[in-house]
Amino acid sequence: MHRETALNAPCRNLCGMTTTTSHSLAIAAKGLRKAYGDKTVLDGIDLAVPSGTVFSLLGPNGAGKTTAVKILSTLVTADAGELHVGGYDLAADPQSVRAAIGVTGQFSAVDGLITGEENMLLMADLHHLSRSEGRRRAVELLERFDLVEAAKKPASTYSGGMRRRLDIAMTLVGNPRIIFLDEPTTGLDPRARHSMWGIIRELVSDGVSVFLTTQYLEEADELADRIAVLNDGKIAAEGTAEELKRLIPGGHVRLRFTDPAAYQSAAVALREVTRDDEALALQIPSDGSQRELRAILDWLDAAGIEADELTVHTPDLDDVFFTLTGNSNVPNQPNQPNQPNQPNQPKETVR
Amino acid sequence: MSAPLAPARPTRISLAVRDSNTMLRRNLLHARRYPSMTLNLLLTPIMLLLLFVYIFGDVMSAGIGGGGADRSDYIAYIVPGILMMTIGGTVIGAAVAVATDMTEGIIARFRTMAIHRGSVLIGHVVGSVLQCIASVVLVGAVAVAIGFRSTDATALEWLAAFGLLALFSLALTWIAVGMGMASPNAEAASNSAQPLILLPLISSAFIPADTMPGWFRPIAEYQPFTPAIETLRGLLLGTEIGNNWWIALVWCVGLAVLGYRWSTASFNRASQ
Repeated sequence: MHRETALNAPCRNLCGMTTTTSHSLAIAAKGLRKAYGDKTVLDGIDLAVPSGTVFSLLGPNGAGKTTAVKILSTLVTADAGELHVGGYDLAADPQSVRAAIGVTGQFSAVDGLITGEENMLLMADLHHLSRSEGRRRAVELLERFDLVEAAKKPASTYSGGMRRRLDIAMTLVGNPRIIFLDEPTTGLDPRARHSMWGIIRELVSDGVSVFLTTQYLEEADELADRIAVLNDGKIAAEGTAEELKRLIPGGHVRLRFTDPAAYQSAAVALREVTRDDEALALQIPSDGSQRELRAILDWLDAAGIEADELTVHTPDLDDVFFTLTGNSNVPNQPNQPNQPNQPNQPKETVR
Repeated sequence: MSAPLAPARPTRISLAVRDSNTMLRRNLLHARRYPSMTLNLLLTPIMLLLLFVYIFGDVMSAGIGGGGADRSDYIAYIVPGILMMTIGGTVIGAAVAVATDMTEGIIARFRTMAIHRGSVLIGHVVGSVLQCIASVVLVGAVAVAIGFRSTDATALEWLAAFGLLALFSLALTWIAVGMGMASPNAEAASNSAQPLILLPLISSAFIPADTMPGWFRPIAEYQPFTPAIETLRGLLLGTEIGNNWWIALVWCVGLAVLGYRWSTASFNRASQ
C-alpha cells in the first residue's frame, strides 16, 4: 500500500498546478465522481491536461475510461467534480465545451447508410460552414485520410480501418482544439493501427490537445506526453512513460527450456533466479545492458547451461500496468523475444 | 428541446431551424437511398384496398347500409380508412429509423456537437410527416385509379382534409418516435409499432362501427382511428361528421403531446 501512496505523488503535484494555471489546461478535472447505482465507476479522480499535449488514460476494460470520456465530452453528467474543458465549465456551459471539442468514440460514430462524402458534408452543415467551405473541408480531409476512392460508397461498406479514419475525419471538420479519442485503435489490424498513430501525431503537431484512452500500453508509450493509469475508478499512477517505468522493478533475462531435466538442473545451478515451473523458464534480474548480458552468458557457459531460448526483457508499461492494476496472475513477460517495435505484442499479453 | 441550451443564446431559434433542417435532409437522404422500407410499408394498405374492393367488395357493400350499395359505394367508404391506415403504416418507418439511430454511435457524436439538441428528433418527425403525406398521395392515387371520387368536397373541405391527415401523421409520428426511443433495436421497434397499422382493422375503416358487436362498439368508436376516419369521410364524401371532428382533434393533440414528452424524456434520459 505504501507504494500506491508514493505513486500518487506526481498527481498531487499536478493537481496543485491546476488551481494556479488552469487557463493553460485543455482539460482540468478535480474530484470527478460518477456512480451507476451503487457501483462507483469514477471515485473522485483528478486530471490535468496541458494544452497541446497528448494525455493518455490507460486502464483495463471496465476501469472507467469510457465513462471519463463520456463525462468530459458532455455526453453524460458527472455526479460531482469541478470540471473544465477548453476553459469552459462543463456543468454551466456544456454548449461552449461542445464547440471546442471533437470526439471519436470506441464505436465508430459514422452514418453507415450514407456515403463517406455525405457524412463529411453532414458534419460541415452541423458546424454551420458555408456550402463551399464545407465542400472544401470535406475534400481536403477525405484526401488527407486516403478516403477519396471510397468517398462515394456507403460508409457501411468500409473496412474497420476506413471507418475509423472517416470517423476522425468527421471529427476534424469542425477544427476542434481538443480531441477525445476513446480507444481509437481497438479492433484495428497492425497496419491500420500504425496509420492511426501517424494521424494522431499529426494532430498534435497542429497544436491540438488529445485525450486518449487505450488499453494498449505501447500505444500510450508511443503517443502520450503523460499517462494516467486508471484502475477501479481511481488514478493508480500518473506521469510520463519514463516516470512510470521507473516506478517498478527492472528487467530480466529469461531462459526457457524444453527439457524438464535441463530446466531442473539449471534451476538448481542458478540459485538466484525466479522460477516458472509451468513454462520451464527462469528469470535472472538484469538491466539488459551489453556488459551485463555478457556476464550472464559467461556465467551460463561456466555452469554448462544451455537454454533453448533466451530473451531480454526490459521494463515496459506492461510491467507498470500489471503491478498497478494488481493483475498478478497474468504472466508479466512475453513468450517471444522482446520486440519493442511490434505493436501487436503488448495487446496479446494484456488481453 | 427545452432546458439543454443556454437560455441567453441569441441564435437559438435559427440554430434549431438550421440543425433540424440538416437532420431532416439526412433522414430524407436515408429514405431516398433505401426506398424499400417505405415502399414495403405502403404494401399493406394498398393490398387491403385492392383485396377489400375487388375480392370482398360485393359482400362488403351490403354491410354499409342502404339498399343498392355496390362496389363503387364501397370504394368510397373504404378509402378514408385506407388513407389513415397508410399513415399508421408509414410511421412504423420512423420508429425503426429512430431505434436504428439510437443504436449507432452517430447519435453520441451529435450529442457532443454544439448543435440544437432536439434537432435529431425534429428531423425524424418532420421527415416522417413528409413521408406520410407522400404515401397518402400515392395510395390516394391508387384509390383514384380504381374509381374513387370525392363527391362535391369544397376547397375548404379539401384543405381541412389535408390538415387532418397532416395532424394525424404528426400525432402518430411522435408516438412512433417514442416507441423507437424505447426499443433496444430496429426489430423491437418494428414490432412495438405494429399496432399503429393494425388498429384501423378494428375501426370504422372497413365496416361501420355500429355493425360491430355491442360490447366492442365503444372500443371501435372511440379509438383514435375511427373519429379521424369519420371526419375525413365527412370532409371528402359529405357524410355526417357529428362530434367526430373534435374527438379526432383531441386524440391528435393528445397523442402528439404524449409522444413528444415520451420521446424527449427518453432522449434526455440517455445522458444520465
